[in-house]
Order: sequence, then C-alpha cells, then structure tokens
Amino acid sequence: MSETSATVGRPVPRREGADKVTGRARYTDDLVVDGAWYGKTIRSSIARGRIRAITYDPGFDWSKVTVVTARDIPGENVVQLIRDDQPALATEEIRHREEPILLIAAPDRETLATAERAVRIEYETLEPVFDVGRATETYSTIEILKGEVVEALKVAEVVVERSFSVGLQEQLYIEPQGAIAIPEEGGGIKVIGSLQCPYYVHRALKRALALSDEQAVVIQAETGGGFGGKEEYPSLVAIHAALLARKAGRPVRLIYDRHEDLAATTKRHPGIIRHRTGVRRDGTLVAQDIEIVLDGGAYCTLTPVVLSRAAIHAAGPYSCPNVRIRARAVATNTPPNGAFRGFGAPQSLFAAELMVEHVAERLGVPSLDLRKKWMLRLGDTTATGQKLTESVSAELVIDAALKAAPPFHRSNVPSVRRGRGLSLVFHGSGFTGSGEKKLGGKVAVEASADGTFTILTASTEIGQGTKTIFTQIAADALGVPLDRVIVGPQDTSLVPDSGPTVASRTAMIVGGLIHEAAVDLRDQLAKRRPPPTTWPLRVEKTYVQPDRIHWDDQTYQGDAYPVYAWACTIVDVDVDMLTGEVRVTDLVSAVDCGKAIHPVMAEGQIEGGMLQAVGWATIEEIKMKDGGYQNDRLATYVIPTALDAPRIKTILVENPYSGGPFGAKGIGELPMDGPAPAIVAAIHDATGVWLDEVPATPEKVLKACASR
Amino acid sequence: MRFTLNGTTVSPDVSGSRRLLDVLRENLHLTGTKEGCGEGECGACSVLVDGDVVNSCLVAVGQVEGCQVTTVEGLADGGRLTALQQAFIERGAAQCGICTPGMLLAAHALLEENPRPSEDDVRVGLAGNLCRCTGYTKIIDAVLACRT
Repeated sequence: MSETSATVGRPVPRREGADKVTGRARYTDDLVVDGAWYGKTIRSSIARGRIRAITYDPGFDWSKVTVVTARDIPGENVVQLIRDDQPALATEEIRHREEPILLIAAPDRETLATAERAVRIEYETLEPVFDVGRATETYSTIEILKGEVVEALKVAEVVVERSFSVGLQEQLYIEPQGAIAIPEEGGGIKVIGSLQCPYYVHRALKRALALSDEQAVVIQAETGGGFGGKEEYPSLVAIHAALLARKAGRPVRLIYDRHEDLAATTKRHPGIIRHRTGVRRDGTLVAQDIEIVLDGGAYCTLTPVVLSRAAIHAAGPYSCPNVRIRARAVATNTPPNGAFRGFGAPQSLFAAELMVEHVAERLGVPSLDLRKKWMLRLGDTTATGQKLTESVSAELVIDAALKAAPPFHRSNVPSVRRGRGLSLVFHGSGFTGSGEKKLGGKVAVEASADGTFTILTASTEIGQGTKTIFTQIAADALGVPLDRVIVGPQDTSLVPDSGPTVASRTAMIVGGLIHEAAVDLRDQLAKRRPPPTTWPLRVEKTYVQPDRIHWDDQTYQGDAYPVYAWACTIVDVDVDMLTGEVRVTDLVSAVDCGKAIHPVMAEGQIEGGMLQAVGWATIEEIKMKDGGYQNDRLATYVIPTALDAPRIKTILVENPYSGGPFGAKGIGELPMDGPAPAIVAAIHDATGVWLDEVPATPEKVLKACASR
Repeated sequence: MRFTLNGTTVSPDVSGSRRLLDVLRENLHLTGTKEGCGEGECGACSVLVDGDVVNSCLVAVGQVEGCQVTTVEGLADGGRLTALQQAFIERGAAQCGICTPGMLLAAHALLEENPRPSEDDVRVGLAGNLCRCTGYTKIIDAVLACRT
C-alpha cells in the first residue's frame, strides 16, 4: 500500500482535542436528558449461595420508584457474550459478591438512596471457592504442541523449573461506567453510554430485552478511558438501564460511582504460570514446557479468549523446537474477571521473560545473550507453528532500546539499591486465529456532493486516537485535506459493525478497511464522467482474511495472528532496603508498530500503557476478603501519580507490515507486556532476590530480602 | 449564595451544603468539571477557588461564597485557547480527556505561581490529578512548553 502520505506519520491535531481541552466534550454523565430518573443496582453481599427472600420495607412508599427484578426481563435473562452463564439479574443462585439482584430508579438521588435502604435480601449461604486449585468448573482448556517436549526435556543438559504468579488489576479508566437508557416509540430503547464496543451492547440489549435490530440503538458518548474495562461490562450496565427505562416508561441514568465500579466490575485475570525449560550447556534452547492457570471468577465473560492469547504468547518471542503449552481457566466465586489491555499476554509473557533470567542465571551467562540467541528471526516458527515471514523486529528493538538507555549508575545512598532490567516481548495484532474471519468487520466511506467524506465505523475513540488516525488514513488515501474528512458518530443505527475496539486491531484491521474503502471511492470518483448525480456515493468494505493466513481452532496450529508488534523495555529501579519500596526511575522502550500513523499519539499510547504496567508490577495490589475486594475505593486502590511515574522514553521503530494501512500494526496492548518482567529483573539486579510475582509490593520485597 | 464563576457573578438557588461539583454541573450546567471518585483522590473535579486548586467534590458550595471560581470553561478567552490548552492538544497531553479539565486547572495554577517550574516542580504540582492514559510524560512536556 504505497500512498503519498500527506498526513500519515505527522502529528496532526487530535480531532476532538479542542472539545476536550475546553470542557465541551460530552461524556455520558454530562448529557442532560429531560425527565430522566436515577438508577441504582442492588447487589449481593455474599460470594455464594441462594436468595431466600427479598423484602420491601412497607414503611417506604414504593409507588414513588420503579423496581426491576429478573421477572421483569422481557427477553432472555443472560448477558450475551461467549457462554450463556451470566444472568443480567440473579434469580436465585448467587455466584459472587456484588452480583446484580435488583434495580431501582427514582426521580431524585435522595429518594433512590432511601429506597435502596428499604430493601432487605436474605440469603442461604454456600461454601465459596476462591482457590483455583479447588475449582471444580473449567471455562476452557488449550493445548499447544510443537515437537516432542517430554523427550527433549529428558535429554536436555540443563532443566530449570520455576513457578510465577500474577495478581488482579483494575483498569481504572478515570470515567466510571455509565449508561443512559431512553425508551423510544414502537417499543425500542436507545442507550447512550461509556463503552468500547457498540455492537456488543447492541447484541446484549436485543437478547435481554427481546428487541429487533432496529429497536435497539446504542450510541457511544465521549468515553473517558476503557483499557478493556469497557469491552464487555457495558453490556450489563446498558441492559440494567434499559430494563429500568422500559418499566419506568422514562429515561433512566445509571452512572456508577467509583466505589461501585471498583467493587463490581471486571479485573485482569490473576494466574499461576509454571515453566520447565530445557537447554544445552551452550545456552541452546531445546524445550519449553508451560502450564497456565487463570482465575476466571464467577462467570465466563471473555475468559476463553483471554486464555487463548495468554497461551499463544506463553513461550515468549523465542524460537524453540519443542514446546508444550497447557492452559486452563477455571471458575471461582470472585466477581468475574474480564478484558484488560494485553488480554492474558502480560500474564504469560511475565513468566516467559523471567524464565530467560532464571536460565541465564543457572548457566552463568548474561540474559541478554540468551535473548539474542533464542529470539525469533525472519523465517522462524512460533509455538503454534506459524512461520514468521515479515516485520519481525526482535533484534531491531533490542538494539534501539540499548542505544537509547541512559548510562547506568549504582546508587550512592547506602539504604537504596539501584538495578536495571530488560525485557523483550511481542504481541499479536488483531483477533486470534480465525477471529477476524468469523467477525467480518465492516466499514463504509461516503462522498458527499459538497466534497466532504464521512467515515462510518463502529470503532470507538476512547483516548487512543481512533478518530484522528482514521481521518489521516482516509484523507491520504483519498488525496484530500484532513478537514474534508469526518468520522460519523458511533451509533448502531448509522454505522456498520466494524467489530469491537479491542485486540490491537483498530489501526491495522479497521484502519486497513477504511484505507481500502477510501482508495475505491477515490477511483470511482475519478472514473465517473459526468460525476454522479445521487449523493452520497458510498463504498462499503468487509474484512476478508488473506489467503496466506491458515489457522486451525482444533489443534491450535497455524498463523495465530497476521503479524506481531515488538518491544524491548529497559527499566531502572531504586529499591529502598528499609521500606521495601520499589521506585521505577527510568523506563526506555523501543517499540515496532510497523508504522506510526500518528507518532505523538503512538508514543502517548505506549507511555500510558507502560505506566499502567508499572502500576501492575509495583503498587496496584488488590486484597481479597470473603470474595470481595478490600481496597475498593480510590483512597486504597492506588495508581501511579505524576510523582511516582518515571520519565518514559519511547523509541518508535518502524518495520512495516504489508497487510496494514501504510504498514501499521497494532500498538494498544503491547506496552502492557514489557515493564513487569523488566522491573522484577531490575529488583533482582538491585537486591539479588527473585520475586517471581507481581505486584512487587514493599511487603513482598522486604520478605524476600529477609529470607535470603 | 453568590460567587464569581469564570468572571461572572452567579447566585444559584441551592443549599449551601451541596457539593460545589454538583452545583457547577447540575445547577450551572458547566459539565467540564468531572467526577472521577467523589472522594478527593483523582482530581478530575479540580477547579480554582481564588486561584487555588481544590477538589470540587469535597467543597460545599457554601464555602465559596464571595470567591472567584474558575472551571475549564473559563480558561479560553472567548474562542481563543490558552497557550496551555494549545500545548495540551499539540503535545498529546489529552487522550481520553476525562482528566484534562482538572489537569489543565492544576497546571494553570502551577504556572501562575511559578512561571518557570522544573520538571520535578511540575510532577509535584500535578500529583493530585490522576491520568490513566498518558503516563504523564506528554502532560509534563506540555506544561514545560508553557514556561515563560
């Protein structure tokens, strides 16, 4: 795709930038809807059991409010996703704390709060399961086999075994979840909300409320961050708001406060990953035997897909002739875990990268030497047998990161030890395996009589720059200035289903479709003599998987992703030996994203992802008690501030991919993968102890140092 | 109840115990000020009261009687963006934008007090405002670009 790039590669102003810096941008809670009531979700206070009775205090005038229970659901009581296990509202069985049981709407917040206090729910409690080792239900299992691992481990000269664990993490978008539902004429419902995937919500609404395609309308308001947290959860918020609006016969606002958002919504899957790695004494990698167990929580949500990405990335960006990856995800009685930037890969790559460190230590060689010896090169095959034929950049990003890293000095404060760590990661762009083919994402580009063009897509702007990069791609393909191209609203009644805004697929897959449509439109306009008389002239494109991509869902063999993005991250940490506190002082990352459509936004997305990973690796610990999160307030769930954050230096390495618009690959999730293992390696460099788990909280660091 | 909001006197008919945040958003219809946590941790609701950054979710409107209150809507002069707003756009300091109003006000107050802050000064000055998108680097660069 060679195009004159008038705007691609240049930091043009963010499309909605002026609205965002002046306060004009309208997020869900900013929208004024006449006559709207306030809604609230009443949730379980136990982790497992049955609802015995719901009683409504007769002292409260219930005619002043609307109450919705599972009996009021006109369609199926299910949150449409992968498995039909999650009800929109519990009927009898309770599987986790904060499980939605009933909904109340009231004309004002005071009445709502009074009504909330006037509901009593009695339970019969059952013994909950919180330990993955005792789980009896499995959501999914995956086995990836390459070569003969058992034989190879028997003859390997050195075998290193190690187990790693990773913790829960909250996405912590700064705008909490929220939706406003508005009943429409003809029995329809319109939902405006903070969300990543309009058509996920559309499908969920249709099913739970028994609506037709046209009756359900989903519109994305300006959205204050997502990070996966607004991939599947907004379906539940939207169903709840819609149920209340339908019964109340008026609009209902269902806006979560931070406490409810932290207590009830999905988190990153915690997990345990075990490695057995066989090498020859010269460092040659001969076998990787890997087991992954992820805790899915009480309902399936997207867990099987998270597990899939975890498993495929588990061997790391390395070439090994014999690989066995056995992965499973199980059910426990915690709130369901779900989508979060990286989607399983940060968990498994954490283990893979630290395994390189442990093998290097055993062999007495620098870990960087092993990485360079093992790393995937052009023509190598991955664990799924995928032959890498282009845009393979392990070596490029390592060299770029090493060149950009600041000089390293040991600390001269006696109680503070400084260390440096490095990681190499890759991340598949787009949906796994046959995902894109099954989905068949669509976009349209329209030309109007006045010479303007409109991009019609369901891909959402959630801060990452979707609207801006789509405009750049279309404008350059059409050969028109940026201001002639607009992006239509993310409204399911107006735009086709481009698929969800997830999986590092927006720039590469959806951007690619927009590019194709725009090129087609340009050619059509050039050929039309005389010009068309009916406007708009519309070109629609549906994703067609290139013939060269082969994937087998049964055997987990083949081209797991069209292409991979690569990153090498170097971090310096200061470990306070008195308090155990870990402070990341410098972070340099060289990232290959194929082509940065907008370099400033690409850097910004990488820097934000890196800091989110620093938080996961150091301070973002979720403490569980009786199946609930103990630190379910922002005063206790702490994320990095400007004062905690290191200066992050991003080096964009551009190794183009022939299948992406202007060479672009995905960038959204990759930055989440690299920092955690680099930080743990840096802590080891500083202190001599291995943690093998994140977050590396002061308690864990002190304990590890003390037991040394 | 009377105070100056973005240069204009306002006298909302509300109880003095209501949160300033709610009065701004619901009674005075200025929704640029955001609620991120409602307990003074995130800074999304930051406004200036007599030039100082405060979390409007923790302030009862009665406390600003007679004060000068500035919200994000009061930064741009007519249609003209301030240098700081311009720098936020150009340098990629606003991503999802939900922390941006509060961040801009905190940065504005910082530059008013110290027109030539160091990077560390900026980090301290913005430490009460959480951002989950940017990793802060581009926000800090935008503020540093506006030193005079």
